[in-house]
Amino acid sequence: MIDIPGFLRNSRIRTVDNTDNNSNNGNPEENNSDFEVNDILNFYTEKGSVADPQSMTFSISGEDHTLGNALRYIIIQNPEVEYCGYSIPHPSEDKLNIRIQTTENTTAIDAMRKGLEDLKSLCAKISETFYKANRDFDEKNDIS
Amino acid sequence: MKKSKRASTARDHLEVLQTRVVVERDNVSSISSSDFPFHTSNRYPNHDLAEKSRNKIIVAIEKKSQYDMEFDIIGIDASIANALRRIMIAEVPTMAIEKVFIYDNTSIVQDEVLAHRLGLIPIKADPDEFDFKQSTEHPTDQNTIVFKLKQECKRNPKTSVDEKGPLYINHNVYSIALIWEPKGDQAERFKDVTIGPVHDDILIAQMRPGQKIELEAHCEKGCGKEHAKWSPVATASYRLMPEIILKEEITGDLADKFASCFASGVVEVENKMVDGELKKVAKVVNSRLDTVSREVLRHKEFEGKVQLTRIRDHFIFRVESTGILDSEKIVFDSLQILSSKCTMLLKALDIKLKEKEETETSQNNENAMELDA
Repeated sequence: MIDIPGFLRNSRIRTVDNTDNNSNNGNPEENNSDFEVNDILNFYTEKGSVADPQSMTFSISGEDHTLGNALRYIIIQNPEVEYCGYSIPHPSEDKLNIRIQTTENTTAIDAMRKGLEDLKSLCAKISETFYKANRDFDEKNDIS
Repeated sequence: MKKSKRASTARDHLEVLQTRVVVERDNVSSISSSDFPFHTSNRYPNHDLAEKSRNKIIVAIEKKSQYDMEFDIIGIDASIANALRRIMIAEVPTMAIEKVFIYDNTSIVQDEVLAHRLGLIPIKADPDEFDFKQSTEHPTDQNTIVFKLKQECKRNPKTSVDEKGPLYINHNVYSIALIWEPKGDQAERFKDVTIGPVHDDILIAQMRPGQKIELEAHCEKGCGKEHAKWSPVATASYRLMPEIILKEEITGDLADKFASCFASGVVEVENKMVDGELKKVAKVVNSRLDTVSREVLRHKEFEGKVQLTRIRDHFIFRVESTGILDSEKIVFDSLQILSSKCTMLLKALDIKLKEKEETETSQNNENAMELDA
């Protein structure tokens, strides 16, 4: 006979009253995810080199070419960025490295932040235009 | 006059290189985008292009049914298009059978093969209603859907050997045999929707009289990058819009030959008045249908008269759903996921910076204390 793990009934029902076990914290979910978020990203200047805020390597775990190439493209659009490239050091390591070198006018961290924000607003823009096009198509073709 | 014409062709040539991928007889040229600051052939040298490129995006829906759509996104880079395609395939979550508890299986399909086949059946259930189940977590009504399958094959008593008719009862096990067993509040939560296989007629196994399958299957939420069974799409792909540039008019019998070099519907031959006489003239009417077979480049008579290109920022997407999610939802989800990756990294960046600052100030304090001592 195979041992079947018990099915816990109603253990995590999403109702209003389950907020009471998150007593002292207004937004427990965000705090939980912060804990995980902490280890996703690292950044450092190259070992042995002079500490330089203009050139840095960012190491992101759990991401691949999907984000790497898109982010590289967006960061390179910034005229203050002199160099940006990404690599996945080893296929069996779930890790993505992004190298940024900038001019004196900004820092690598700021270039990274701007890149992420630009990519976000690009997504929002595509979403918005796609939504409109989709709605117009539905109206034109009487799809409810 | 002659001079200005030459200048305009030079400009045309430059524009082709900036905006088109050129398909030649045996190679492809002008492949990479030059849309970044300080590139020599960039149209806007040293501008911040992120904002510029955002404002010229066009989306057009070409064909659409609930589970299949073709649409164009114009004005984005290949890296963004590819990110969306990759997310649609590998990172938009769905529900699929992940654990199978086999009570009885006397069919010739081995347990592991049976479990694998069950996993690949698309399960119609809204993934937004469920949580990811961590390996340490127990199955709950928030992260698991349970199906039962019980089927036994018997000889059909009404049919003797010589007579025509089905010999066996329950001899094919189809996906419709998977019976959803609502747990916890699921019966209440999903009273308006049906949870079950997308298709009822997927053949899971075949049996002979006396054989029996009895099992319990647990569906979990997952992503295509872990296993393809969670992928919400049958295909998600893009191609660049083909464009056929005619450098000079192709007339007469050549026009017919020209048209026959392309897929039907791409080039049409029109009758046109040229210098007072009626002539056949080839005209490109729908380059979207072109397969870019390069057949036209094999013929000497068209040399220099035609250029095959693809528009570098015009992506024709095709998203075909497995029937779990509407295809438009898959597109929206993929954009949402790409955006949330950025949000998460921005957050991580802030946390790291704060941490660094804190360690630096504490180090400074220590140094100051040492000096005091």
